Amino acid sequence: MAKDHVSGPEELESIIQEVLEAYPAKAQKKRAKHLSVTTATEEDPDPVTGIASKCDSTKSNIKSIPGVMTIRGCAYAGSKGVVWGPIKDMVHISHGPVGCGQYSWSQRRNLYTGTTGVDSFVTMQFTTDFQEKDIVFGGDKKLEKTIDEINELFPLANGVTVQSECPIGLIGDDIEAVAKKKNKDIGKTIVPVRCEGFRGVSQSLGHHIANDAIRDWVIEAPESEAKKSYEPGPYDVNIIGDYNIGGDAWASRILLEEIGLNVIGCWSGDATLAEMERAPKAQLNLIHCYRSMNYICRYMEEKYNIGWMEYNFFGPTQIAASLRAIAAKFDETIQENAEKVIAKYQPLVDQVLAKYKPRLEGKSVMLYVGGLRPRHVVTAYDDLGMVIAGTGYEFAHNDDYKRTGHYVKEGTLIYDDVTGYELEKFIEKIRPDLVGSGIKEKYPVQKMGIPFRQMHSWDYSGPYHGYDGFAIFARDMDMAINNPVWGLFDAPWETPAVAAE
Amino acid sequence: MSQLRQIAFYGKGGIGKSTTSQNTLAALVEMDQKILIVGCDPKADSTRLILNTKLQDTVLHLAAEAGSVEDLEVEDVVKIGYKGIKCTEAGGPEPGVGCAGRGVITAINFLEENGAYDDVDYVSYDVLGDVVCGGFAMPIRENKAQEIYIVMSGEMMALYAANNIAKGILKYANSGGVRLGGLICNERKTDRELELAEALAAKLGCKMIHFVPRDNVVQHAELRRETVIQYDPTCQQAQEYRELARKIHANSGQGVIPTPITMEELEQMLLDFGIMQSEEDREKQIAEMEAKMKA
Repeated sequence: MAKDHVSGPEELESIIQEVLEAYPAKAQKKRAKHLSVTTATEEDPDPVTGIASKCDSTKSNIKSIPGVMTIRGCAYAGSKGVVWGPIKDMVHISHGPVGCGQYSWSQRRNLYTGTTGVDSFVTMQFTTDFQEKDIVFGGDKKLEKTIDEINELFPLANGVTVQSECPIGLIGDDIEAVAKKKNKDIGKTIVPVRCEGFRGVSQSLGHHIANDAIRDWVIEAPESEAKKSYEPGPYDVNIIGDYNIGGDAWASRILLEEIGLNVIGCWSGDATLAEMERAPKAQLNLIHCYRSMNYICRYMEEKYNIGWMEYNFFGPTQIAASLRAIAAKFDETIQENAEKVIAKYQPLVDQVLAKYKPRLEGKSVMLYVGGLRPRHVVTAYDDLGMVIAGTGYEFAHNDDYKRTGHYVKEGTLIYDDVTGYELEKFIEKIRPDLVGSGIKEKYPVQKMGIPFRQMHSWDYSGPYHGYDGFAIFARDMDMAINNPVWGLFDAPWETPAVAAE
Repeated sequence: MSQLRQIAFYGKGGIGKSTTSQNTLAALVEMDQKILIVGCDPKADSTRLILNTKLQDTVLHLAAEAGSVEDLEVEDVVKIGYKGIKCTEAGGPEPGVGCAGRGVITAINFLEENGAYDDVDYVSYDVLGDVVCGGFAMPIRENKAQEIYIVMSGEMMALYAANNIAKGILKYANSGGVRLGGLICNERKTDRELELAEALAAKLGCKMIHFVPRDNVVQHAELRRETVIQYDPTCQQAQEYRELARKIHANSGQGVIPTPITMEELEQMLLDFGIMQSEEDREKQIAEMEAKMKA
């Protein structure tokens, strides 16, 4: 029920100017660098999308301005919430006062198999629950005791991580010493993570710190039984940066297995400690969320000479291109298999497109998400004939914006670390047919009369990865946009200012 | 009962804050003042001369044992010492762990909320060394100590610390009511010590309250865990502390907002006093020495 559309970059530039005018001069100058419209570029178009635009002039990874209501998280969120939290057979302690753990309880819909509370712990919450005396006298003893209790209560837990909250860094607790001591005592992997929330400008530093902790305390730790006993094969690969939101990793894994590859680890959705330990035995690292896990891939490349490549399993165009690109790294059998798999799923794709494309074609979308989705899901929309009006990242770095140029056309609105006010204004001005963002954005947008899908949690749906995921994705977008409720948005006794569709 | 007066002793570590404050308070109690000491140093040695004991149980250690401060009664943490002086120690963690500053905040809030300040004329805070963080500035903050007494000497680092503490006081002087009561010079027998202390006081815009001469009797008393007042009430040093106590008592409401100086100004002051050598003088001296060597 888009009411009126803006067209062309000139209009978008003027919208940016209008939005910036609400700020005082200094904030205006700062925020202006984070808002842009993609421009033409000399570069060759992307072979898959056929697109080349320039949007790397956008400033990113800079401290948010206080008071603007950023949508970002913190380093603890990046480590506990994203990278470590989904490792299912380890217990993750929120080390510090109770709040951070309480509010991140249940994790991010990182689905997993296993029995919660017996051999899997993802949706459970553990905290050292700091009190005044722990701040004053230090919390090392309490941490030791917590690890002992966990070991006793959950003997099948294969390890423990210590996710530091802010006060740990302030009072200087030596969690590394505790980790070493407890590792000797109980013989399990104990990982101290220095992801205090005040570090860095967003959750992004938390990802990096968490990656470094995997390197230092898992991969470089003395070789475990799980790793020693594993005989590597020629088709072994790791999925890196798939957090199995709504089952994404499962929908991805079956495709890789169908083309004949052997997925020995999936980080970190539905993952185990052993999968991380064995990772250096793979032939290739396949990275989905580049932003949160490129660090560990670069490390494995340097240290173990394991190549890595980015891939994209959103939408049939990218899935086919990615499967072919992955297969190209292996022998002809795999390549033939890839073609067979693509052909096998083509009828499903045709069916989905036949059903939904006519209902969705030409609809416009604005996205504001986290690590990879602001660009990765674009082609899935494209496959359905939908158009991206604007997109932005919470915590991207410059290399993310460089990659975005391969996905979004010239004249797309780009907003980095967007503020609550800016996003609302942009949506109000552009009035797209769909907005994809998080829970905080959902209800204000729906109240504006604009359909919305949560693109962090898949709005309690999913998976969206892979061919199976695409069918669900198409259905969900249709369900949001073509929901009859939008026809009832204007009160019948009021003449709508602009006629609805 | 007169209005509650809250004072605090600050100064460089090892300058003699605890000794000076306890001797002064022992003299004050002779003037029929009811006193509460709040030791704000994790070492917890601010009350030993008054209690004639080794170390008293601290608020924070008792709280940690009991669970939290809410589980404590004020009677558990207040000990009665020399001539009825009430003594408390905030306590804190071992060196190198936890957050001692937060401990000071917790302890002071507990004492205040639980009526430890009722029915006394004086509350005296004895605070560790430099004001290293917000916690140790607690006694300077709003509605706590009205006057700060800085214990110092003629040593460079003691002067430096005194100036830094003055900066801390200045920070809170306008938001709260804290004032600099003055300097107390604890003699170290450095060059031109009294003059230097008076010069710094002039720079800071405050009084040099008292010059406490060095006397070995302080050591003798301290080894017996006693104040000089208790150990040898008739000696000259006891008189000095009585004099200091009298001056502090009379100084009520006469504190000032300090005017701390820059590091350069402080060094210039030492140069002026001939304590520190200027670069040129030093070079000249070296040249002279070299000339002598040749000759």
